[in-house]
Amino acid sequence: MAQPKVLLLTGYGINCEEETAHAFQACGARTAIVHVNDLISAPQQLSDGQIFVVPGGFSYGDDTGSGNALANKMRHTLWEELMAFVAADRLVLGICNGFQVLVNLGLLPGEADNFFGSRRVALIANSTARYECRWVNLLAAETDSVFLRDVSSLSLPVAHGEGRFYAPAETLLELKQNRQIALRYVDAEEHPAQGSFPANPNGSLDDIAALCAGQGRIFGLMPHPERAFRLSHMPNWPELLALDSDSDWRQPGPGRIIFENAVNYFS
Amino acid sequence: MKKTTTGHRLEIFYRDAELDTRGRLLQEKLNSLELSTVIEEVRLSEVYTLEGAFSQARLQEVAGLLLNPVVHDSIIDEARPLGLAEVVLEVGFLPGVTDNVAHSAAETLADAWGTPFAADQGIYSSTIYYIKAATLTAEDRRLIGRILANALIQRLDWKDRSTYVADKGMDCIIPRVRLEAGKKISLVDLKISEAELLALGKEGIVDHCDEQGNIVRRGPLALDLPSLAAIADYFATVEQRQPTDLELEALAQTWSEHCKHTIFAASIDDLEEGLYKTYIKGATKKIRQERGAEDICVSVFVDNSGAIIFDDDYLITDKVETHNSPSALDPFGGSITGIVGVNRDTVGFGLGAKPIINRYGFCVADPGDYEPLYRSPGGGNQALRPRRILDGIVDGVRVGGNCSGIPTTQGFLSFHPGYKGKPLVFVGTVGLIPRKTKAGRLSHEKAAMPGDYIVVLGGRVGLDGIHGATFSSEALTGGSPATAVQIGDPITQKKFSDAIVKEARQRNLYSSITDNGAGGISCSVAEMARECGGCRVDLEKVPVKYPGMAPWEIWISESQERMTLAVPCEKWPELETLLSSRGVEATVIGEFTNSGRCQVSYQGEMVMDMELEFLHNGLPAKHLLTKPRPSLENEVSLPESADLPLAEFFTKMFGRLNLASHAYVSTQYDFEVQGGSVLKPQVGRNQVDGFATVVQPLPESSKGVALSQSLYPAISDLDTYAAAATAIDTAVRNLLAVGTPLSHIALLDNFCWCSSDDPERLWQLKECARACYETAVCYGTPFISGKDSMYNDFSGFDSRDQAVTISVPPTILISSIGVVPDISRVRSFAFVKPGDLIYLLGSGGSEIGGSEYLALLKDEGLVTNEARGRVPRFKPADQLSLYTRLQRWVAAGHFRSLYPLAQGGLALAAGKGTLAEGFGCELEIPESERLDLFLFNEYPGRFLVSVSPEKGSMLEKEFVESGVTRLGRVRDDEEIVIIQNGEISLQTTVSTLQTAYRSTFAGF
Repeated sequence: MAQPKVLLLTGYGINCEEETAHAFQACGARTAIVHVNDLISAPQQLSDGQIFVVPGGFSYGDDTGSGNALANKMRHTLWEELMAFVAADRLVLGICNGFQVLVNLGLLPGEADNFFGSRRVALIANSTARYECRWVNLLAAETDSVFLRDVSSLSLPVAHGEGRFYAPAETLLELKQNRQIALRYVDAEEHPAQGSFPANPNGSLDDIAALCAGQGRIFGLMPHPERAFRLSHMPNWPELLALDSDSDWRQPGPGRIIFENAVNYFS
Repeated sequence: MKKTTTGHRLEIFYRDAELDTRGRLLQEKLNSLELSTVIEEVRLSEVYTLEGAFSQARLQEVAGLLLNPVVHDSIIDEARPLGLAEVVLEVGFLPGVTDNVAHSAAETLADAWGTPFAADQGIYSSTIYYIKAATLTAEDRRLIGRILANALIQRLDWKDRSTYVADKGMDCIIPRVRLEAGKKISLVDLKISEAELLALGKEGIVDHCDEQGNIVRRGPLALDLPSLAAIADYFATVEQRQPTDLELEALAQTWSEHCKHTIFAASIDDLEEGLYKTYIKGATKKIRQERGAEDICVSVFVDNSGAIIFDDDYLITDKVETHNSPSALDPFGGSITGIVGVNRDTVGFGLGAKPIINRYGFCVADPGDYEPLYRSPGGGNQALRPRRILDGIVDGVRVGGNCSGIPTTQGFLSFHPGYKGKPLVFVGTVGLIPRKTKAGRLSHEKAAMPGDYIVVLGGRVGLDGIHGATFSSEALTGGSPATAVQIGDPITQKKFSDAIVKEARQRNLYSSITDNGAGGISCSVAEMARECGGCRVDLEKVPVKYPGMAPWEIWISESQERMTLAVPCEKWPELETLLSSRGVEATVIGEFTNSGRCQVSYQGEMVMDMELEFLHNGLPAKHLLTKPRPSLENEVSLPESADLPLAEFFTKMFGRLNLASHAYVSTQYDFEVQGGSVLKPQVGRNQVDGFATVVQPLPESSKGVALSQSLYPAISDLDTYAAAATAIDTAVRNLLAVGTPLSHIALLDNFCWCSSDDPERLWQLKECARACYETAVCYGTPFISGKDSMYNDFSGFDSRDQAVTISVPPTILISSIGVVPDISRVRSFAFVKPGDLIYLLGSGGSEIGGSEYLALLKDEGLVTNEARGRVPRFKPADQLSLYTRLQRWVAAGHFRSLYPLAQGGLALAAGKGTLAEGFGCELEIPESERLDLFLFNEYPGRFLVSVSPEKGSMLEKEFVESGVTRLGRVRDDEEIVIIQNGEISLQTTVSTLQTAYRSTFAGF
């Protein structure tokens, strides 16, 4: 299959579906933005897609815990179809609020033998108790994530109020052993952030910014790769231009490779 | 509100105190208050109160849906003091206040159970604070209460540990709204004495007599005697009956200063057409005529926003609103309602534009000013302190903007003592809309047709926001109504906003659309009725939040998150299906007609039936007279420059409230969502606040939208003409600097005035508007939208119970919007390479009236408080040759950096240039100049630029006629060196500035 089809969820406050769809299109995928209620009325649509994305946003305004209300809705209405989707050789991506949804659904991190459905980790209020919109540096951990092939480090923006990763000690150990920790926050010199703000923008345990599951096919991350898709997205773009006025804004930014990896998985 | 047995309390809290971040930070905050004891721990518990009888199993199920088992525990109907709490405080909403958390929880339960709550069931959210401390005094509790709740919208309930345990927890309080049923329509007699009429206009229609026999009125109509006389005359002669209470309330809304802008519309002195037509619309008209085929305006002053051309296929819209009075009472509710409200001015533009960028601007007093103010005598009804107001309005825009998925990129904070009584809260939204819909309609045109259904969609109507429009037309006093306060619900709005701009518009499902803002449906329906010539409404069909509202309350309620649409009947089934599948409630409440009348019935009884013509145009014309205000300018006797510690002053300027880093605000706002940010709110690796932002709205187009704004309240105190001219110049220059050509810049005006009945204040207003006309026409930058807010005065009492009036400085905010033809033209102000040459372009200026430097000298005690100086006065026409040359150089990509000089002058421009990337600089000041004035004066029309060394001579040649001064170069270390007469007169470092720049708001 040369051109995978990406289904991107929208509705109830999801708000990054358009730029995320654009990122996939620019990497050669076909995309369809689907309202959650339309998906619930016709859940078989899910099987038409190869990549299922829960984009970033503010589903239900983060009320009752970010991602919780939408995850509840999906669990009651789409669970069987989601399990069938995950069982096939397909990809699931959750960005920011989408990551929070996947965690509340129990799709991340899941349990051994691809058993999904229980909540085992949490993304809770930032340790600053404040919404943080800023660029962070990330280092890929030893991971099987399909989305992070050939990725060692990344610079991406975060924008969230509840991104603090938490897991009980035994779960954390298991995640490490299973190579499910995908990205960690680091400082500008790529040293571990060790929980310190602003390198670790939310106080995440073990500086964890992303998780994967299902042989690396399910991936969730707090940062927004679609917002670092091209050179003009970079925070130093105006200064780059000052030094080289011929810089091309269409050149890839660091987030692009995540979308390319996903699309290329099907080539 | 009383204790009830038919309810259950579910508490959710963090099992591990270490994860209770809000509790920990709150403990720190409380310990920063002057309490009599130390707070040892604070733990939070989120409470859901369920109304109705539910089984234990059912309640366990609810808990499972609302908590996260990894981190949370819960208790149901029991007492369990968290930690070792000695005192327990619960904060919940008063009945009728928007409770977004409860709303989401109710949806979650309905999703799980497949059915919503029954009519006698419900869910309400509140928060419990478990506080561990030795005994708290009454004063401690009062201080804590002020931090945690706003008594206008929230209840506070305290219990000591023993009572809490004995009572088995906090009381089960269900804030359901219960209204007396059977409110009827009444007629209002206008044949009454002048004193009675005055009371009617000022305090409202008589509602009832209370138990003591006092007359209780419904709240201000804000109608003056001539208006009431015109209404009396119309009903006596044309309708030959008394008006209904609803008709009178509707007229009050429609004719309010807030809606009709009576002061700007009235003839004034020799200006027959008034300020708005002569100076604001007049400027745009003249510019458009002169431009001819090059005109960028498409829809100006006729719709909810103004629109200019973006490219061949799209328009961009812009609108800036204020939400001042509500923000003074409830800063969070006021500002969230403001930002979410102005988003609707985008969705309500033309056939519905997509909101793509939010703007904000907060004018407040010094947050360190703790001197109390009271609305009532005897220390009653204390006004919120500046810090509390600032925190609240920052939070409100954060929640409103972030939840709506609209990047909030552009904004400012401005501090002035005059904003202590009433803050100014500016909120704006830029929209994007295809010039034509798929059906081939011009998307900026719309018209309701006779026979179209009147459809309201979005949130339901409640008592919130009653008398909002008339209230903001009055000064703030002790009697200001709490119902004027409301809280926005961005998710309800996001649902219908997406359904309209991403689906319904392209499917051509409606003929017209507008926003419900001030005056609610009374204004939106009557306004749209003008498009076709009439309307007929069945008021009982309007969805309400709770039963028992009177007809007039339904008609004028300003409950937020609603739009009104005109829908052809054959399109209604498709629209209804679409909206229902998007979780949006929509209801047909009547139809548009061509009867020439606005007709409203309630349960079959006609409650309003009057001519649209009178409703919209019956307001008696006013003629205003002004009186010149004597100038307050004077000469300042300054100490010798050589005697001043200028290196210290240089640093101190970076720590001043107006000039220090406001990054704590901009990093709370999502400026990246929608994936288009090009020039971000902060610049360089050290993240220094910028003056303009650029967004690329279409990912395949190299065009950008550039935004900026400017205001000079301290100059306004002295000369409103200069304040407006300087603000326009700065707002325009800011966009030139980031790559926008002068020919593609438009302006928005927001006048926030004070005591607008005072002829001297009116004269200041007239001068200000005249400057708007003359400056905008000279630059060829048209006004496309504007708003005014006329009574920003506070009347109350100080701590010695002396009556005080605090008026805002007459404030003119100029917002600018432009199109950058190629985002590769964008530059920042960062010095990027050692050795680059630094130049000052433009010339003139040593005045310091209204400047930050003069304010600093006053704070240092080096000049008297009466020193005011002279304001900078410049001729816009003299700037044009510089601006034309500069934009050619910008287009060619010659500059490495540009900074348009503004507050803080050259010193701030150069300092920020060094701060951004950390490269220092060396500047040589001309011998003839007085050093401090040269560094700190705020004369407009100038830029600080840097270029590579090889471009130096070309630049000097190019700009020789418009003024060019070679100042120095960028250094490869972090030293900042200012030289005059061959000697170092001032030396500091980037890190010194950095510390000063970051420290002011470090604890915020």
